[in-house]
Amino acid sequence: MSAIDPEALQQQRSYLLRYAMLQLRDPHLAEDVVQETLVAAIENRSGFAAQSQPRTWLVGILKHKIMDVLRKRAREPQLSVAEGEDENELVDALFRQNGRWASPPQNWNEPEQAMENAHFWEVFEQCNRRMPLNSARAFMMREFMEMSTDEICHELSISTTNCWVILHRARLVLRECLDLNWFGNAR
Amino acid sequence: MLDCKHNTELLSQSYDRPLTLREKMAMRMHLLMCRGCRNFEKQLAFIRKAARELPRKL
Ligand SMILES: [Zn+2]
Repeated sequence: MSAIDPEALQQQRSYLLRYAMLQLRDPHLAEDVVQETLVAAIENRSGFAAQSQPRTWLVGILKHKIMDVLRKRAREPQLSVAEGEDENELVDALFRQNGRWASPPQNWNEPEQAMENAHFWEVFEQCNRRMPLNSARAFMMREFMEMSTDEICHELSISTTNCWVILHRARLVLRECLDLNWFGNAR
Repeated sequence: MLDCKHNTELLSQSYDRPLTLREKMAMRMHLLMCRGCRNFEKQLAFIRKAARELPRKL
């Protein structure tokens, strides 16, 4: 098999859209990159190796398209400062002045079981979308696209230290969201 | 002594860079005495695992 059916490509569309939305959080931009991805895929379908999964192949193309958009954005000077401030406030509220937890994290009951639950994944996706934009962008690059910290700093044109700070805030915010909307309910 | 705020920073960074021996020792000492941070440590591990599983769950 040297080619892939254009119809099969279209079937992957909704998956690709959700993938792009998590990273870009702008329906129009997401729509654009998915469209570009499908066009590129159809144009290059002879390059599709029969042994790989269509989805894996498409996501590979999509990642590049997403990175192009993010790279362009990183070059724009205003990486929304106001948003960064909100995040600081949120994180500061988690700890007292003396650096101890304002409300120490409680044990999460059977987190492995949550991973078997479809509703948990909806909550997880929503929590990712609710993260402040800067955090979400870096976090998704790190965990969802599995890029190295060096690559992320480079792509977003930020210092390594800044990168660690942003990733840490993303995890704190995500943890709060999961605690409030999922694990806390079981207590 | 490391406080919880800085300890969570180190816990988080341990997923992004290798920690120094000194940092690891400080972190372990703190964790021995702090249940909140021990829970946080487990939850971070879960968050990493879940986020990397997410592409398969969309
Ligand atoms: Zn602590």
